[in-house]
Amino acid sequence: MSMTNVFHIAASALTAQSMRLNAVASNMANADSAHASTGEGYKAKQVMFRAVALDDTAPWAQGVRMTEVVEDARPNRLVYDPKHPLADAKGYVAYPNVDPVEEMVNMISASRSYQTNVEVMSTAKDLMQRTLALLQA
Amino acid sequence: MLSKIDQELAFVQTAMSLRAKRQEILASNLANSDTPNYKARDLDFAAALRSATGAAGGALTLATTSERHLGGLGSGVAGAAGVKYRSAVQPSLDGNTVDPDVERAHFAENAMHYQFMLERMRTSVEKMKLALSPTGN
Repeated sequence: MSMTNVFHIAASALTAQSMRLNAVASNMANADSAHASTGEGYKAKQVMFRAVALDDTAPWAQGVRMTEVVEDARPNRLVYDPKHPLADAKGYVAYPNVDPVEEMVNMISASRSYQTNVEVMSTAKDLMQRTLALLQA
Repeated sequence: MLSKIDQELAFVQTAMSLRAKRQEILASNLANSDTPNYKARDLDFAAALRSATGAAGGALTLATTSERHLGGLGSGVAGAAGVKYRSAVQPSLDGNTVDPDVERAHFAENAMHYQFMLERMRTSVEKMKLALSPTGN
């Protein structure tokens, strides 16, 4: 039954997009986690997507899979705050390299994609129910 | 007699399988709307139907001299015949060519066509039931 592949495709996209949302939530939650400018602090995380064929007999049906989580290589945000307990000799405290605007855009994009795939799933469900009801009544 | 019933239903069945296949391809596009380097694809429905029903002008099939020979990918619903890349209107910088609005429109349209074929199948079955019933109602 080939329509079931649509469910698998949409489900893989929902999983991938929710992972992306998780990464955004994690980045936003840690946007203000200060750390010493010499130490290792939180780095903004991004998820990588890749198209994968879900079924060997149907190579055109491609779902999404999250392949890896990459850390943003940009430098930390340094804030001059000599009163802070974590401040270094020059009075600087390091904050994670999270860009809140970027994260918000990412979040909206992920939630839109999630919604679209939920719609895809409900359409596929509708079509399948009608197919099953073909010989009834 | 039975072959005539089969003829009546075979075309509708082929068309429905192809519609389901196209639904899968469009679902793949929507699922991969955020995947870097993913190229949107679509099914050339007219060409695929010609090829699957074996009408003139369809894809060439391999000549086989033994039933154990492969049929070639050009034949039947399961083949890759008719799957083509969509020409990009506004591709993203990451190499993705999916336009979610276009894909959603095609997805809805294809779902409607699928329902139309279901309806055709249902009326065929109903006509057959009518002919088979002893009292004619």
